[in-house]
Amino acid sequence: MPPLERPPAPTLDTSPPPPQSAGASGRRVIEVAQLRKLYGSTVAVDDVSFEVFEGEIFGLIGPNGAGKTTTMECIEGVRKADAGRTTVLGLDPARDANALQERIGVQLQQAQLQKRIRVWEAVDLWASLYPRTVDGRALLEQLGLTEKRNASFMSLSGGQKQRLFIALALINDPEVVFLDELTTGLDPQARRAIWDLVNGIRSRGKTVFLTTHLMEEAERLCDRVAIIEHGRLIEMGAPADLVRQHCPERGVVFSSDRDGLAGELERIAGAGSVRVEGATYTVQGRGDDFVTAVIRFIAAHALTVRDFRTVFPTLEDVFLKLTGHVIRG
Amino acid sequence: MRGLLKLTWLEIRIFVREPLGFVAAVGIPLAMFLVIGRTVGPGADHSARTTQFLAQDLPLFVSIFISINAALSLIAVISIYREGGILKRLRATPLRPAVILGAHVLVKLVFTGISLVLMPLAGRRLYPVPLHAHVAGFALAVVVTTVAILCMGFVIASMVGIARFAQLIGSAILYPMLVVSGMFVPLSSMPPPLALLGTVLPMSHAVALLRGAWVGAGWLVLLPHLGALALTIATCLALTTRVFRWE
Repeated sequence: MPPLERPPAPTLDTSPPPPQSAGASGRRVIEVAQLRKLYGSTVAVDDVSFEVFEGEIFGLIGPNGAGKTTTMECIEGVRKADAGRTTVLGLDPARDANALQERIGVQLQQAQLQKRIRVWEAVDLWASLYPRTVDGRALLEQLGLTEKRNASFMSLSGGQKQRLFIALALINDPEVVFLDELTTGLDPQARRAIWDLVNGIRSRGKTVFLTTHLMEEAERLCDRVAIIEHGRLIEMGAPADLVRQHCPERGVVFSSDRDGLAGELERIAGAGSVRVEGATYTVQGRGDDFVTAVIRFIAAHALTVRDFRTVFPTLEDVFLKLTGHVIRG
Repeated sequence: MRGLLKLTWLEIRIFVREPLGFVAAVGIPLAMFLVIGRTVGPGADHSARTTQFLAQDLPLFVSIFISINAALSLIAVISIYREGGILKRLRATPLRPAVILGAHVLVKLVFTGISLVLMPLAGRRLYPVPLHAHVAGFALAVVVTTVAILCMGFVIASMVGIARFAQLIGSAILYPMLVVSGMFVPLSSMPPPLALLGTVLPMSHAVALLRGAWVGAGWLVLLPHLGALALTIATCLALTTRVFRWE
């Protein structure tokens, strides 16, 4: 990886220190303060503030229509914010859009290319637009598109199209890569392949800013996430921290022929509620020792257990807890 | 500049890959020219009117038909690109907005040129009368009229959001303009209100410029029409920069 030309780090330092997961330098590459965007009289994004640090994968998560794409496009310079202050790599996306375009890579949600453009032509056109580029052939090879070089855009599968868009986003060796709903509409296998690619982008030292409404995707990929709902940012942090903070309960589910254990299970250290459905017991509890305590209980009572699993809360549960409803695509 | 040429060349190749689009742009006007020419030509009376029609009116009509077709194709391409997010994707690159739209103008000019060059080439053996045009002046007139009509196309493409209707609405605006353009009936023999409408609309100046250039009229005759078309181009471009929607 060639050394990148970097602008001086911002001197203003009133914000909290970067989290552990952020890149080694802790340099802020994106700063958003009180961002606001209206569509007519509808407030799409309101008072959104956050920072993204060099080398991290940062996810903006929330349901469709929450304002994720609008926020991202204001940061990319594709859209103009109505209020707030945004800097990316020290540049103002609205004022320095052209200078910024050369240093960032962008994948837009639901964007298409010309139906009959060939894969190599798209890469070639994009490569011609930037002063500094990486080798297009090598890029297509890394993204598994070498065999599709001469294929037209319309003949590509959904996953191949997204890989091509990743290639176009990486052609100028950008410092920050923006990925908007990258895996929407892809089958699970293609989705996993894309996740590996995104992790690959980060391991090349680039900062990744992505949006998704898939909580599993956010949990798998992101070092930090910001949850956005109705245009407002409602929570931010590392996925594991958010889960620990908002949903400390975990569940133990096991099946046993023995009846009438509910009362005793409730007395286990850390246990909260116990639910019995047929022969299946679901014990909710909190604390690091809770699961061990349930295992000890089973051993002490010499129960024959046909099924045993622990259920950990996810970002999905965090979202439910914070908003009162499940997230929808 | 490099981006403009690259994008133009790419769009030309993409356009040629769509067989129907290519046939519509180049084949249909050419076929119309030859078929009408042959139908009217042999066996018909050699009155001054017929000769005038074959030697001047039909070639002029086909030229302007090609320009209008180019504008309709431009409207279709722009609205399809907008609907598919292609315009937005191109805009999120260092390409300037004017370059993205300018490339399409160049593509249409290229195909207009190809069609017009093919016309006399095919006509040499198949057309009933020889064509005598002032080539350089006429070529310049074609470029100006085509650019003016394409710029009108940009305004229409800006206003019409839905790709399916864009070409239809474009036809409904551009073709009726031709009726009061003096192409078929001279403006002087139209009822005054229609003649006035025709004079105000840019199409009459396109027709007058093409006709004047064809017969080699002097600058003094052509200049007012050239000015009217320049005004059309400037107005349409100003409107486009204000109302054009990229998504």
